Amino acid sequence: MEMYRSHIMICRGTGCSSSNSEQIAKNFEEQIKIHGLDKEIIVERTGCFGLCALGPIVIIYPEAAFYSQVKPEDVEEIVKEHLVKGRVVKRLLYAETVVEDRIKSINEVNFYKKQKRIALRNCGVINPEDIDEYIAFDGYKALTKCLTELKPEEVIDIIKKSGLQGRGGAGFPTGVKWGFAAAAKGDVKYVLCNADEGDPGAFMDRSVLEGDPHAVLEAMTIAGYAVGGTQGYVYVRAEYPIAVKRLGIAINQAKEYGLLGKNILGTGFDFDIEIRLGAGAFVCGEETALIASMEGERGMPRPRPPFPANKGLFGKPTLLNNVETYANICNIINKGPEWFSSMGTEKSKGTKIFALGGKINNTGLVEIEMGTTMREIVEEIGGGCPNGKKFKAAQTGGPSGGCVPAEHFDVPIDYENLKAIGSMMGSGGLIVIDEDNCMVDIARFFLDFTVDESCGKCTPCREGTKRMYEILEKIIDGKGEEGDIERLESLAKNIQASSLCALGQTAPNPVLSTLRYFRDEYEAHIKEKRCPAGVCQALLQYKINPDICTGCTICARNCPVDAISGKRKEPHVIDQSKCTKCGICMEKCPFKAIARG
Amino acid sequence: MKTIQELEEIRKRTLETINLRKDQTGTRVVIGMATCGIAAGARPVLLAIMDEIKKHNLSDVIVAQTGCIGLCVYEPIVEVYKPGQEKVTYVKVNPSKAIRIVNEHIMKDKVVQEYTIGTETK
Repeated sequence: MEMYRSHIMICRGTGCSSSNSEQIAKNFEEQIKIHGLDKEIIVERTGCFGLCALGPIVIIYPEAAFYSQVKPEDVEEIVKEHLVKGRVVKRLLYAETVVEDRIKSINEVNFYKKQKRIALRNCGVINPEDIDEYIAFDGYKALTKCLTELKPEEVIDIIKKSGLQGRGGAGFPTGVKWGFAAAAKGDVKYVLCNADEGDPGAFMDRSVLEGDPHAVLEAMTIAGYAVGGTQGYVYVRAEYPIAVKRLGIAINQAKEYGLLGKNILGTGFDFDIEIRLGAGAFVCGEETALIASMEGERGMPRPRPPFPANKGLFGKPTLLNNVETYANICNIINKGPEWFSSMGTEKSKGTKIFALGGKINNTGLVEIEMGTTMREIVEEIGGGCPNGKKFKAAQTGGPSGGCVPAEHFDVPIDYENLKAIGSMMGSGGLIVIDEDNCMVDIARFFLDFTVDESCGKCTPCREGTKRMYEILEKIIDGKGEEGDIERLESLAKNIQASSLCALGQTAPNPVLSTLRYFRDEYEAHIKEKRCPAGVCQALLQYKINPDICTGCTICARNCPVDAISGKRKEPHVIDQSKCTKCGICMEKCPFKAIARG
Repeated sequence: MKTIQELEEIRKRTLETINLRKDQTGTRVVIGMATCGIAAGARPVLLAIMDEIKKHNLSDVIVAQTGCIGLCVYEPIVEVYKPGQEKVTYVKVNPSKAIRIVNEHIMKDKVVQEYTIGTETK
């Protein structure tokens, strides 16, 4: 490797790539050549930095200058000013990092200050397509340690002691799971990685695979050693092309270095990993459905027991962990279980990655210590709601989870606390809801998703969620009647109790938790035929205030269905029977004479 | 197939080239690279410094640039910041002077007095 005085790190995660970061990288390479700097400066394509709202992101070392929302045409200026003359282009820096006379380092800004990046440690720091860079930052050290110094049962013991829980959603203790798989008898054992990330809004697994694929491969190999497995598979959605590509590159590089395959590092241990692509069915994130899909069957769950640890893929003992769970393993081996368990709360150890989305300024990926409060995540790290709106709730756990209302924003986040307030950790999607969102509408959105994704194998989930969805539709259409809430609740309890897999068992959660905290909104829809947030179209009316209206005719001219009439310079009226509630009149009125309610 | 020793070598070698992405504690060498500096020959100086650092495998040194310091008449200017020590400013540097600065000041902590701004401007 050559010595370079400056490194340009360009995010090539999915978020920044979709806003053209590859073109930016190419422009940098071209400009650097034009200026004859190609021997001194290197352009590196990295994984996600987390602050997706401000992408594409470019970080230039050694100054650690954090450029945000870079456009391909900005590159020439950055090269001419920053790289040739050493003058940082302040105009393009992430505004938070610029203080009067100096540039703050990334770790000083609010978005990163409160984070603890462990599973995401290498994302944005290394080039994920270069195994040497992974090795440089202690890569494959944990594997070496396991193979040369530790017995399989000692490895399992370390994971047990660390207190690591499954990051896919259910939070089952990882070490215990490894213990089951190790104890299972079988001539062949499989080690699987669940990268079938399906919650709407969650993208941490994708980012780990894109930004640090070797961390997952190394951890799977360690798992193989610990439980006695020789073959690993990563089940990843085909909709994650960048992740699939980088994973493929990483597997090949690891094989070349003898870190996968026969006789790893000359220790006599054999382990191999292959990729299996999923077609993007949400239910295939459920472990038995995932295994069915890998076997070539239709992706449908089956009853447990037998658990996969005893009878999994092709009927053999199988260990299955989530991407984020694996991403924690190497650090635990290297730094010890005490280091890991010193972070977090009494029962939930370590950190958790959340994908921030919805009504929040800093949309992106954050990793926080367990026990951080929702308020810290949303207000400090997330930078609050856009346009100064007020928070109403945060939805965690996607379609299986529930909402955390503003009154519980100071509860420390861990598995138990979230469960106690009627939500769940889930995979870590976190959707922020503000005063402009209708909770009935939110519940319908998630239920719509589960109705769509229900595999249809068991009746409670297939039929029950559909019936619940219909009741919600009715309420939103202004046709709700007394007893609907109770019907929703009784259906929900039945579905929870009798569905075959977690998809159905958790599907009613969004409805139940919104009912728990926002029952008044449901009642307003049903009894008063009113949507308090002003979202549900059927319950809205646009009205012109005759005291303010000047008769300028702008609304009448802009109405697409000619529902507004009136004489010039006299107050106008809206014909409610014709009005389609598109809201154009309200937008166009220069006097704010039109109100919705 | 790599052995454990080879892995360790890769780790060491690669870390040397990419550890400037971590928090820096070592020596900073800053070269004035405004128009005046470039015109006076700052680029060959920068390249000479980088070559010398590479030659000696110095890992805890970063090379940075800065704009015009205001003393255009003394360009190329090179500043050396060592942790816990006063900044040393070298003026009218050329590649051969730069090599001496790396060998004596950066590597052995011996300031090359005759190239410093104090001596040159007397």
